[in-house]
Amino acid sequence: MDALVEKLPFLYHMIKVIPYLLEGMKYTLIITFLGVAIGFVIGAFAGLGRISNSKIIYAISTVYVEIIRGTPILVQILFIYFALPDLLDLNLDKITASVIAIAINAGAYIAEIVRGGVESIDKGQFEAGDSIGLTKNQTMWHIIWPQAFRRMIPPLGNQFIISLKDTSLFSAIAVVELVYQGKAYTAASASYFEPYFMVGLFYLAITIPSSIILRRLEKRLDV
Amino acid sequence: MIKIQGLHKSFGSLEVLKGIDYEVKPQEVICIIGASGSGKSTFLRCINLLEKVTAGAVYIEGTDITAPTSDINKIRADVGMVFQQFNLFPHMNVLDNITIAPRKIRQMTSQAAEQLAYELLEKVGLSDKAKAYPEQLSGGQMQRVAIARALAMKPKIMLFDEPTSALDPEMVKEVLDVMKQLAFEGMTMVVVTHEMGFAREVADRVIFIDNGVIAEEGSPEQIFSKPKNERTKAFLGKVL
Repeated sequence: MDALVEKLPFLYHMIKVIPYLLEGMKYTLIITFLGVAIGFVIGAFAGLGRISNSKIIYAISTVYVEIIRGTPILVQILFIYFALPDLLDLNLDKITASVIAIAINAGAYIAEIVRGGVESIDKGQFEAGDSIGLTKNQTMWHIIWPQAFRRMIPPLGNQFIISLKDTSLFSAIAVVELVYQGKAYTAASASYFEPYFMVGLFYLAITIPSSIILRRLEKRLDV
Repeated sequence: MIKIQGLHKSFGSLEVLKGIDYEVKPQEVICIIGASGSGKSTFLRCINLLEKVTAGAVYIEGTDITAPTSDINKIRADVGMVFQQFNLFPHMNVLDNITIAPRKIRQMTSQAAEQLAYELLEKVGLSDKAKAYPEQLSGGQMQRVAIARALAMKPKIMLFDEPTSALDPEMVKEVLDVMKQLAFEGMTMVVVTHEMGFAREVADRVIFIDNGVIAEEGSPEQIFSKPKNERTKAFLGKVL
């Protein structure tokens, strides 16, 4: 190891930064997985809300989606972490705030994915469910959703990767995720190329396998 | 069995049904013929409320199903519908397609529902396809499964919306044969069809719908051999 570093000095920082980045990766992944999972639940409701016959539910869902899609996620995290606790007089830790931000942000995009998925199902499927006497909810749950969900998988995978990368913005509130850790290392070592190069590699180490798994899943499900 | 009074249906400013009155007696087979866009499918779809009627009333066994208080799902469970495009559920096998409604609506056990499904599959001649998925079936087979699915709710009335129009010619007969058998067993049926041979052979009454109204109604013999209305004559002249 030492001999190798002697011959290739730039390897020194690349290797030394790894433990820091592993720590950052842990938070990046926790925030992403938790956030997207909660975002999926929010998105499912909001997406169905966007095609609801109830004007109120439609309005609430639409306002939510438009506000989130129309503002940068950086503004959203600043709002959730600083403005909201100030307003409501509560205490939010950084990780919780980050999970909430990803959930609410991804939820809005997932709502549109859900809406598109459900709307892509042939009208005849709804009518067939109706015609055999299933209730609206039964038709949605047993007939429409399983078909629509398959079609949602590619865009959902895409959203996962987008949300993963969005967590990098949370370095702005000093969440110790990947970018924050890389930045901290550069500050201490005064080296820039190696740590940031490694940060990029760490993201690719998650996103590329994700893409491959997704493509396999799509093939298997024939979507 | 079914009584329709002053039925109107508009889509926006387009009036598709312009006042239809009709009565279907138990065990009758009614065939509805007419040109595309005449309103015949819309008329059929009003009978199980797939279309909301604009004005008028539809009584099924004395109950006005268009009343705001009517239980739509219960009505639909009693009125089977077969679609031109089959509309089988592609993510379920044949057995699940047939059993889902009895299980979810009639609270049947899976075992009882499956037994019923096998009986129905035998009736439509597809006992060997229980585990197949819709995409593995031919059009004629899909339509026969769709008929079995509708029958699983033990409906009092069966509606058919051009059930053979999407089929290859060689598959039409297998579907019509199943429908004939149903008619023979005494099912009340309303059939929108272009199969004039079927209408002539099986129907008790034939309705010719033209431009949103019943232009002529009568026995198949009368409609096909001695049509009175000029429009009926013109239509039959084109299709026969």
